[in-house]
Amino acid sequence: MKIIILESLTKKFNGFTAVDNVSFTVKEGEVFGFLGPNGAGKTTTISMLATLLGPTLGEAHVNGFNIKTQKDDVRKSIGIIFQDPSLDEELTAYENMDFHGRLYHIKKDIREKRIKELLKLVELDERKNDLVKKFSGGMRRRLEIARGLLHEPKVLFLDEPTLGLDPQTRNHIWEYIQKLNKEKKITVMITTHYMEEADKLCDRVAIIDKGKIIALDTPKNLKDGIGGDLITVETPDAESLCPLVQEFSWFKSSNQHDGFVTFNVMDAEKHIAGIADLSCQNNIEIKSINVHKPTLEDVFLHFTGRTIREEEAGSVEHMRMMHKARRRR
Amino acid sequence: MGVIYTIWLRNVKRYLRSKSRIVGSLGMPLFFLLILGFGLNSVINIPGMEHDYIRFIIPGIVAMSVLFTSVFSGIQIIWDKQFGFLKETLVAPVSRVEIMLGQTLGGATTALIQGLIILVLSLFLGGGVPNVAGFLIAVLFMVLIGLSFTALGIAFASPMEDMHGFQLVMNFVIFPVFGLSGAVFPISTLPPFLRYLTYLDPLTYGVEGIRAGLLGTSQISPPVCFFALIGFATFMIFLGGYLFKRMKV
Repeated sequence: MKIIILESLTKKFNGFTAVDNVSFTVKEGEVFGFLGPNGAGKTTTISMLATLLGPTLGEAHVNGFNIKTQKDDVRKSIGIIFQDPSLDEELTAYENMDFHGRLYHIKKDIREKRIKELLKLVELDERKNDLVKKFSGGMRRRLEIARGLLHEPKVLFLDEPTLGLDPQTRNHIWEYIQKLNKEKKITVMITTHYMEEADKLCDRVAIIDKGKIIALDTPKNLKDGIGGDLITVETPDAESLCPLVQEFSWFKSSNQHDGFVTFNVMDAEKHIAGIADLSCQNNIEIKSINVHKPTLEDVFLHFTGRTIREEEAGSVEHMRMMHKARRRR
Repeated sequence: MGVIYTIWLRNVKRYLRSKSRIVGSLGMPLFFLLILGFGLNSVINIPGMEHDYIRFIIPGIVAMSVLFTSVFSGIQIIWDKQFGFLKETLVAPVSRVEIMLGQTLGGATTALIQGLIILVLSLFLGGGVPNVAGFLIAVLFMVLIGLSFTALGIAFASPMEDMHGFQLVMNFVIFPVFGLSGAVFPISTLPPFLRYLTYLDPLTYGVEGIRAGLLGTSQISPPVCFFALIGFATFMIFLGGYLFKRMKV
């Protein structure tokens, strides 16, 4: 069964198209990753699905309910963990949970029981009467996840849940998410720009760039789609190296970015020597050569011609501009 | 109903927990009470009133304390916006009107408590409460001021994105509203143009109402005060609710 359906969903802000004609579906019970650089439209899409933002055009259904006309039903079906913190720091962990439970009209006895269980699940039961302002970033995240589950949602949206956390806490959070997905059969839609995380944990991923979906499949299929292996060469003279390598029969495709050139080839190990010889004969300096299996990072590069890191710097700048423009309005 | 109570409860809990805020917001009203009350007590003689000047301004200072606390409570939703907590509330399956009403009642409650603290303190400075009925009348008007101005705070906070606008509200709304209200001077002796200005100030009716309760005399009759203020409160709650509903996050 399809639990989330997007049909040509579009959101424009003052002429800037943040989400551009996006259509896809998420199956019940899967962990669906939504990948892309900052400012690609991930959060805007999630906000629309969570009924916080109205779409400019298009339709979407969550758990069978229309996000425009059946807002309350959609809201009851979803739990959401926002990118930015959303706890009341002046209240205790228990009070934050209790507040949520009351807002979702959960009866007292059930509410108390579930709060207890969930706080245990995220290992915060011993700190339940402490004010949230005393909590670390990881503890806050865990509390937010527990809170998002209190009303037993069908779908859990997580917007960059591991952003700004240390690697150990990140792994921890991912373990919880997997456990929830397996044990409670919750469909999880998660946005992240940590490609390796998505690779490990998502059943399927959609890659979004500049408001458009550019690829959607299982991580394995996406990587296989690139085919073969990748040889990344760091060289100041990529312009002259590329056409030479293209002559080889084993060459499939290449991508230049930022002083690096990535060749997509079959059986990479066999051909390193070939590339090295070629560079030697033509006096092309090589600073480094690296061979690896394709990652989702390479998938992004393959479809956009840019690495997600290059994208990051640019988009942060862009977001700032957007923010300024919005404030001026 | 449950939702309104939940939001109310959160506001009251937060208020009771921030001791520094309770003590801090007593400062200004107490300062006014002491400086004006004792400073001018001997030189001011209000025509047609048997009470001292300090007893005359106590209702005004109580109203001031309710006014400040309630506007501040309403405007607090900007913090909730900035700290992200508001999103958690807005994504719940509840109507925004309920959230706004809970916030308004919560703000009015904290404002009432703050006003009562000043009222109790004023008893040691020569103030007094004539009888239970008078006390209840004063409380009624304090509640109405609290509701009106929390709603006003919410109305201002809804379109604002950060605290920068707060000073603006403080200087161009709160102080004029307080200053023009007849909290510290009798309105009947004002020159006409100024007197009409005080009639346009909703707080005037609140101050006069509290004064009627605490002193038994007032320059505007209590029923007039009551209807004027309840009209303003209703208007502000509708306006605040409307703006809160349209708010973007």
